[in-house]
Amino acid sequence: MSGRRSRNPTLNWVIFGVLLLGALSMSAPFIWMISSSLKAPTEIFKYPPALLPAEAQWQNYTRIFSLIPFGRLMLNSLFVSLAVTALQLLVCSMAAYAFARLHFRGRELLFLLYLSALMIPSQVTLIPNFILVRQLGWIDTYAALILPFAFSSFGTFLLRQAFLTIPRELEEAARIDGASYAQVFWRIMLPLARPALGALGIFTFIAQWNNFLWPLITTTRPEMQTLTVGLAGLRGQYNTDWALLMTGSVLAILPIFVVFAVGNKSFIQGITAGGFGGR
Amino acid sequence: MSGRMAREETRSAWLFLAPSLLLFMVFVLLPVLAAFGISFSSWDLFTAPHWAGLDNYRQLLFEDKLFHKVMRNTFFYVIWTVPVQMILAFFVALLLNRGVWGQNALRVIYFLPVVSSTVAVALIWSWIFNSNFGVLNALLSAVGVQDLPGWLNSSKYALPALIIVAIWQGLGYSMVLFLAGLQGIPREAYEAGEIDGAVGWKKHRFITLPLLSPTTFFVAIVSLIGSFQVFDLAFVMTQGGPANATNTIVYYVYQNAFQFYRMGYASAAAMILFAIILAFTLVQYRLQHRWVHYD
Repeated sequence: MSGRRSRNPTLNWVIFGVLLLGALSMSAPFIWMISSSLKAPTEIFKYPPALLPAEAQWQNYTRIFSLIPFGRLMLNSLFVSLAVTALQLLVCSMAAYAFARLHFRGRELLFLLYLSALMIPSQVTLIPNFILVRQLGWIDTYAALILPFAFSSFGTFLLRQAFLTIPRELEEAARIDGASYAQVFWRIMLPLARPALGALGIFTFIAQWNNFLWPLITTTRPEMQTLTVGLAGLRGQYNTDWALLMTGSVLAILPIFVVFAVGNKSFIQGITAGGFGGR
Repeated sequence: MSGRMAREETRSAWLFLAPSLLLFMVFVLLPVLAAFGISFSSWDLFTAPHWAGLDNYRQLLFEDKLFHKVMRNTFFYVIWTVPVQMILAFFVALLLNRGVWGQNALRVIYFLPVVSSTVAVALIWSWIFNSNFGVLNALLSAVGVQDLPGWLNSSKYALPALIIVAIWQGLGYSMVLFLAGLQGIPREAYEAGEIDGAVGWKKHRFITLPLLSPTTFFVAIVSLIGSFQVFDLAFVMTQGGPANATNTIVYYVYQNAFQFYRMGYASAAAMILFAIILAFTLVQYRLQHRWVHYD
């Protein structure tokens, strides 16, 4: 049910005011971030701070690309996030199809095993996975950044639910016409599950773009790091260049805002349908 | 179905499962077993591991004063973050569910911190909390606060500062779940309630809250599990300091494994976290039939 609007106009204005105040406190840190990213180094340390920069220092946005390999970091994050998203959509949808539609011995047991992985916090597998990746000589490689995330129990579960809602008659007709399981999967299941695939895709992309701990421990060379790691690394320095940090934060968040703005509906549906966040 | 067709179906099924099965074995199943094994060892990664039996667990649970502090920090963080965030999220969802003007834009704004990188968010807030030049203390001083907190430099205020950021960042997530729950409450429930005299706040006390309790429980468990895993905030904002005031379980795991190379000890700490999360997940699973509806 969508709540009914109260007939009391004063109350409606009060509610709107409260919500607006809340929205302001949710967005104020972002506004402050953007404003600080345009300040000159001397102005950053002015006290009390001014809301708007005296003169917008747009060169902060070019300076960050020349001071650190920021473009490379962004490309790394973009490549890794896209690769993980593509792989996860493929790998999880294939597994989900088998679990939703194909009969084989041990199906329930295997699905239960996949599901039980949802309970395992990523910190448990962190250390063995790090050791494995190190043994394989994968430190500072894209393989280390991508492959451990190419599968997720959550994605398999979400897509299985979506496949289960697709009417069986459609595939049965195709099967009678001689289509293979691969053709049914590719031509019928995937197109009809597009909303769920979209939700999982946006979900995965955002999670990967924001991923921090794993790239932190599996990369050492700056040119192999992702945006989050590079950004956090800027912080450690003795004389923190706050304007530069805020510039980097704006650039790290902006692409996600765009992705979210485009896919906001299906993303939210994914959260409420799958019911859980995380991976 | 003929035997040949059944065999074809089985073969196809395993082909479809092959990539996920391989990745699942290599990056999930075997690592979980390995983590369990490593937690009983003493291993610096460079020399051969030694069997340590229950030593790591004994030390963590009964001797390591710092780990006890880490546990207290984590529980303090969880116990503040989860309820405050839930109460705020519940009220925002309630108000947003009334069909106010611009509600879609408002929903997006409340949700933006959820999709933002925690590293970037932590950097913004570090700057806001800065005790010398930060905007927060400037505001507090403008409204007449005399003793300005040192926030991230103070062992008293650093953890509360992290909690404020966590509440701010996660509020939109709980709000979305509450909104979904609210929309699942049938209109008839309210109409029946009105006949019985449930108006104003009573309406929520006797209709909304009870009917929403499955969602509430679910949000509580999910936020609890997420909060126990706090790391990015502690890493970027405080490096676990000052004086370990913001050192949390996952940060401690990270420190031991990747700074001190105590793989066994770190694994045992991770297993303790696992046990805590497992306990909450099992509670959730046991009570699942009360709120999950498959159709």
